[in-house]
Amino acid sequence: MEEHGEFLIPASRNEVWRALQDPLVLKQCIDGCEQMTVINADEFECAVTVKIGPVKARFNGTISILEAVQPESYTLKVAAEGGAAGFGQGQAHVQLHETNEGTRLTYAVEGSIGGKLAQIGSRLIQSFSRKMARSFFESFSKQWVA
Amino acid sequence: MNAETGIGASALRKEDARFITGKGQYTDDINVFGQTFCVFVRSPHARAKIKSIDTASAMAVAGVIRVFTGDELTADGIGDLPCGWVVTSKDGNPMVAPAHPPIATEFVNYVGEPYAFVVAETLQAARDGAEAVSADFEVLEAVVDTGTATSSAQIHENVANNQAYDWELGDKDATDAAFAQADHVTSLDIVNNRLIPNAIEPRAALGSYDAASQTYTLYTTSQNPHVERVVLALFVQVAPEANLRVISPDVGGGFGSKIFVYAEETAVIWASAKIGRPIKWRADRSESFLSDAHGRDHVTKAELALSSSGEMLGLRVKTIANMGAYLSTFSSSVPTYLYGTLMAGQYKTPAIYVETQAVFTNTAPVDAYRGAGRPEATYVVERLVETAARELGMDPVELRRINFIPTDAFPYQTPVALQYDTGNYAASMAKALELADSDGYMARKAASEAAGKLRGRGYSCYIEACGLAPSQLVLQLGAGVGLFESAEVRVDVSGSVTVMTGSHSHGQGHETTFAQLVSDRLGIPFDSVNVIHGDTGRSDYGLGTYGSRSIAVGGSAIDKALDKIIAKGKKIAAHMFETTDDQVDFADGQFSYAGSNEPKPFAEIAGAAYIPAVYPLDELEPGLSEKAFYDPSNFTYPAGSYVCEVEIDPTTGETDIAKFVAVDDFGNVINPMIVEGQVHGGIAQGIGQALLEHGIYDSSGNLATGSYMDYAMPRADDLPDFQVDMTSTPCTHNPLGVKGCGEAGAIGSPAAVMNAITDALGVKDVSMPATPQTVWQTIQQGT
Repeated sequence: MEEHGEFLIPASRNEVWRALQDPLVLKQCIDGCEQMTVINADEFECAVTVKIGPVKARFNGTISILEAVQPESYTLKVAAEGGAAGFGQGQAHVQLHETNEGTRLTYAVEGSIGGKLAQIGSRLIQSFSRKMARSFFESFSKQWVA
Repeated sequence: MNAETGIGASALRKEDARFITGKGQYTDDINVFGQTFCVFVRSPHARAKIKSIDTASAMAVAGVIRVFTGDELTADGIGDLPCGWVVTSKDGNPMVAPAHPPIATEFVNYVGEPYAFVVAETLQAARDGAEAVSADFEVLEAVVDTGTATSSAQIHENVANNQAYDWELGDKDATDAAFAQADHVTSLDIVNNRLIPNAIEPRAALGSYDAASQTYTLYTTSQNPHVERVVLALFVQVAPEANLRVISPDVGGGFGSKIFVYAEETAVIWASAKIGRPIKWRADRSESFLSDAHGRDHVTKAELALSSSGEMLGLRVKTIANMGAYLSTFSSSVPTYLYGTLMAGQYKTPAIYVETQAVFTNTAPVDAYRGAGRPEATYVVERLVETAARELGMDPVELRRINFIPTDAFPYQTPVALQYDTGNYAASMAKALELADSDGYMARKAASEAAGKLRGRGYSCYIEACGLAPSQLVLQLGAGVGLFESAEVRVDVSGSVTVMTGSHSHGQGHETTFAQLVSDRLGIPFDSVNVIHGDTGRSDYGLGTYGSRSIAVGGSAIDKALDKIIAKGKKIAAHMFETTDDQVDFADGQFSYAGSNEPKPFAEIAGAAYIPAVYPLDELEPGLSEKAFYDPSNFTYPAGSYVCEVEIDPTTGETDIAKFVAVDDFGNVINPMIVEGQVHGGIAQGIGQALLEHGIYDSSGNLATGSYMDYAMPRADDLPDFQVDMTSTPCTHNPLGVKGCGEAGAIGSPAAVMNAITDALGVKDVSMPATPQTVWQTIQQGT
């Protein structure tokens, strides 16, 4: 599964960078996120309930920030366990570019799933992850829209 | 003979009244006092080391009675699930089989492999319990691809290169010499797509243990309950054979997938004694996809050597066959003795050499599926023949005709071990061409083209070996069981008849066909015959139903028992007529004697047998009940010619099967309606393989086609109105002259469809399944 896209955010690159590290912001922007706990500056734990086609499950995951180049880019590594529903892991590479209109955020996500999700949801997972990624960055950029 | 119910009549099926009114009794319909429910916990990983299993939270779930892991079975002396056919490699070594504990202990090796199971008061509690079981896995690199398995990570400790065996058949030197002289060589790289069986009734088991009598009863969805019993007793060592009764009640389809002895019934019957209560399990559809043995999955390089005039000189085939993660019950025989031996097809090719390398991958075990090896062989031979004709600029019908084994050559010894007893391949071909309106094809093609469609035509002339099988031959080749069949014909006092057969019906209609045979031979009403099957407590022994063997082997056993009944009837009648038994004739249900004008009906002799007033009991025992075991002296060789026409929409890539003609030679036929139904079902599955079905694992070993959202089964509107007819060269070596019809449709049809598609597109090859996407891409690439 691979997915990429970009958003134009009406804020400076430093503002966007800071928000991307803020667990509270992340929690608000992830659909179904019930909990976000800081382990350290580069590592969070989260609990997210998602529904993919016929499978609804609560996933417990860790999010790690890797290869951070402030304020230009970083890689988010996610590993999540959903019990009987299966498991998933993935990476999102995020880049921030300064433009006249604000900050252009580009992302490239790749990931894989296993367990029941993979068995009955493989056809749905591409559209699900696209929706999930779009929704995250949409919510994220809305912070700066009055 | 009775025109409605005798041999050759299309009698309506006795069993259908209960099936179509919902009165069938399937395993899951059976409930016993004190019954509990079981759910298996299955691996989410394709390959992992089990570091630990936590069952404590599951035990805390309300209603959960016990959680079992594989170690407990091992500790109790429960053995591995065995593979019943030892194939020998080229180098003389026996195949290498990995350990296969019913419930995984140290490693899991495919997604869906059970590593624990939960027994609870209710199904819901068992499900909740199973969700609460967690294991700590060390995930290992999964091996998924058939073609590269031997050079991938080693899956099993004792299996180097992930190779079970490297087998050969035929004369390599003679074949190489044939290729050296050839004017033309046609070669194809063929992938035979993995299929998932999808019987309408999922597998199920209900095991119970009676402590008072120390006996076990297992109801399960098995195609061969006696084999299940002997494997569970002798190899898995669940219980002594005499204390274990296996019952296969009504079973809703098997297609091979219910031949095998699986983990689930093993676990259920074993655990029922541990908890002292009956345990029921029934797969849900997701479990069926993951855990039923899959079919096919071959990667093959095939070459055909020909003279410039189209004479077939030699055939060379090298196949890699995916066994999945373990060797399932009969898996090893499928890509060898049921595949390589069929490579002569209907042709007199003098030199053939076949190599099969069986490999392990981290996927569900692969075993026999409707046709089992023979569809794969037919696909190789018939795709090659059609391609060769195109390359040589010959009519594919003509190329086949000049290479057919002629009728005067039977019995015909092929270069790949089998000896065909009889056949008339040109006759089936002629009838098929007539039925297909071969002369009108060019006009139909022009009409399709005028409508913007591509029309193509393909043929397939298959042979199969069924009626499995001569016991001493297969035992010599490594089989672990003889393949005879048993029958008991029990005549009741009133003259009605109960037949106990070792064959098992899971859709074939034995209750009807076997009753027709008995009623016809004894001249008694069809409704006076009751056929009992699927219960080790009621019939002596049996090898079950697969490989289209029921009528040829099971039917012949009944026929043999009927001979004994008639012989004894004659002895009784002789006393009544006051003559000797060689003076008594039996025909149309009457015993007669030239010296009497009062023939004795069968029922009167039955009555006399049980009310023994007329004959000396020191010479003749009372009663009229006989048993027979029939061991065939050869396989039977059904053969046929199939013609398929397709019409392809080049804008969407969608293939429409415009015409499908099947002319089969099954020898003598007991019930033409049932045979036609078997052919229809087989063709539907073959078209499913050709156009729709594909079991796919992703690169991490997840089953990506694990539900009907992603695995396309053929539906009524994917199929044409089949034109089915028959020719007949009766089998020469069984008493009924029958050959068997259960698999033919699935064996012959994929090549016919793909030959038609490649003809329509003007390309050498298209891989199965020819989905609209594949066909459209082929059109775009123009290759």
